[in-house]
Amino acid sequence: MTDKKKNTAFLIVQDNEDARPIIEAVEQDNPEASIQYEPGMVRMECEGSLIVKQETVEALIGRDWDVQELHLVLISLAGNVDEDDEKFELSWG
Amino acid sequence: MTVIAKDGYVDLVQDKVDNFHGNQVVYVSWDDHLLFCAAQAFPLPPEMPFKALVFEVIPTVFSWHKEFEQVDWAKAQWNLDGNDFVPDMEKSLAENGVEHKSLIRFKTPGLTGIDGTRM
Amino acid sequence: MAAKKLNLRKRYELLTRGMGWETSYQKMDDVFPYDTFEGIKITDWDKWEDPFRLTMDAYWKFQAEKEKKLYAIIDSFAQNNGQTNLADASYLSAIKLFITGVTPLEYAAHHGFSHLGRHFRGEGARIACQMQAIDELRHAQTQIHTISHYNKHFTGLHNPFHQSDRVWYLSVPKSFGEDALTAGPFEFITSISFAFEYVLTNLLFVPFMSGAAYNGDMATTTFGFSAQSDESRHMTLGLEIIKFMVEQHEDNLPIIQRWIDKHFWRAYRVLALVSAMQDYMLTNTPMSWKEAWDIYFVENGGALFEDLGRYGLKMPKHHELATAEAEHLSHQVWSVFCALGNATGFHTFEPSEEKMAWLSEKYPNTFDKYYRPRFELWKRQKAEGTFEYLASLPQLCQVCQIPMIFTEVETDPMQISFRNTKYKGDNYHFCSDGCKDVFENEPEKYVQAWLPVHQIFQGNCGGATVPEVLEWYKFQPEDGGDYFDSLDYRRWQEWHGNAEAAKTGS
Repeated sequence: MTDKKKNTAFLIVQDNEDARPIIEAVEQDNPEASIQYEPGMVRMECEGSLIVKQETVEALIGRDWDVQELHLVLISLAGNVDEDDEKFELSWG
Repeated sequence: MTVIAKDGYVDLVQDKVDNFHGNQVVYVSWDDHLLFCAAQAFPLPPEMPFKALVFEVIPTVFSWHKEFEQVDWAKAQWNLDGNDFVPDMEKSLAENGVEHKSLIRFKTPGLTGIDGTRM
Repeated sequence: MAAKKLNLRKRYELLTRGMGWETSYQKMDDVFPYDTFEGIKITDWDKWEDPFRLTMDAYWKFQAEKEKKLYAIIDSFAQNNGQTNLADASYLSAIKLFITGVTPLEYAAHHGFSHLGRHFRGEGARIACQMQAIDELRHAQTQIHTISHYNKHFTGLHNPFHQSDRVWYLSVPKSFGEDALTAGPFEFITSISFAFEYVLTNLLFVPFMSGAAYNGDMATTTFGFSAQSDESRHMTLGLEIIKFMVEQHEDNLPIIQRWIDKHFWRAYRVLALVSAMQDYMLTNTPMSWKEAWDIYFVENGGALFEDLGRYGLKMPKHHELATAEAEHLSHQVWSVFCALGNATGFHTFEPSEEKMAWLSEKYPNTFDKYYRPRFELWKRQKAEGTFEYLASLPQLCQVCQIPMIFTEVETDPMQISFRNTKYKGDNYHFCSDGCKDVFENEPEKYVQAWLPVHQIFQGNCGGATVPEVLEWYKFQPEDGGDYFDSLDYRRWQEWHGNAEAAKTGS
């Protein structure tokens, strides 16, 4: 393992329709993130921190989106969680 | 260290020798024969002669390995609970220093598993 | 006037704070008798906060939705004969080990969190534990419901809870759960929520459930991922409780480090079973145990402990050995199951040629050199009709209760790793320095271990012969043995129109 990858925050969600706008929002808001498709699931990882913004998801789906809806598709995560009405953020350090 | 417990611990030793109906547990490992995966466990009376362990008990399990018939017991090297030792075949397990839950390992020089794989 | 919707922070505060009270006619210490004896000092419970800020109303709403989705899929799976779409019926060995090994552990966790949900003094922590208690019960139930469909068609799935209490290899997860349950509440939560769920559970659920998807097992994928969404919350709780405890008082740090060291090693040994599921039982494997270990422990665990370093916490003791073992673990565990395959509640089989090629590729330093020969030998013996199962009982580790199969991977991988100590005149044996350390820290606890092999010798397991013991386990004669001689294999061939193989076995 290289040191560079030592502080990777990640979010893994199910590979389904409900998760698609979340994945797209992560891609938009975290240009550095790497998105890996594995059987049944999608792993999004980013050095340092990774954010899901309510605003971006709502713009993609055209309706109100409660950040806690993330629970319905969440599989796993790594990083300290900071969640409020506008965002869900994972970070190290 | 001792355990941290709210109301102390009852003194329960699940495997004290008294629970084995006159037997003690003895583990036997044939080194360099990993096909057996682990040392094997036997409940044996402490007064059993060591030769009975070697010629009656050990074959019931270790003859599973095709090298077993080539074993020359005169050359076997023994280790009891981490120390090399030479068992007295006529004496009992207890007299040879084999305790409850002792580990007996033996090596058979020249026999190092199937095709020399230590397996 | 329409009520203004409160924001998440405010809602969380209102629904988790100020709900308890200082007792007047009973002492607080009598009302909460369990949260001080471990030596953990808490000065302000209000500092504890669920980072998800999940409140009970939101919890019920989201859990109900998860359940609706899951049960719709279970129905659809059953109605469409989903069991016929698996990669192979041998894959079911993994599910059999899962429902007997993991599901009872979920149920045990439910007990533990119910206890914490009553006995932590802080309301915020209590509420989070109550939610987790319900989650764990839900996991046990959904696993039973989902897998009950397979029970209609395959062997070995009929008595998971009975078997969890008795079977030799199931004492491994059971004793881990009981170790945590019989500790105090802070150690329990460090064990389950942090060491198991945060540090190691990704290794169980993520590649394994992804593996289920890869093998056409929609049912397991669905309950697994449904449980995993709760698991993410549990992991977050685990990390939070660790940070909370070390921030509350400096005296807490060494206690917590010792628990992390202990429960990392205990939980890691339980996962040895998972390594065999992943590398050998899954017909198609998306990721090897070693790859999963590198990503989820070395890389992610590394990031986690680097972050926790600012609190003075260090990587769990013996983690280097666990990493060194990653190239050996699954092969050693699957070997012992194959050698004792007449005494397992699932089918064993030597890896196919294709699988062995995959194992050689994934384990270039170890598979061909140390492990391929034994599988090829057994394969040859089975073809010749000379194969026999090992007719004896192995020595078990006093702590993890796994047969003492692990070897000196760092110095001599063909030499069994023997460790021992004497305590009050009796000999005790361990598979590793990790298990020996656990024993020596609390010998009074582990001298009580119910070791399945010794229990058979003591006459507590239905009889002295293998058939008597297996009957006491409630293993049916068709549950164990070689896959290619099994009812599952014959039925699978029938379903797929292979009449000859269906009649004769392989």
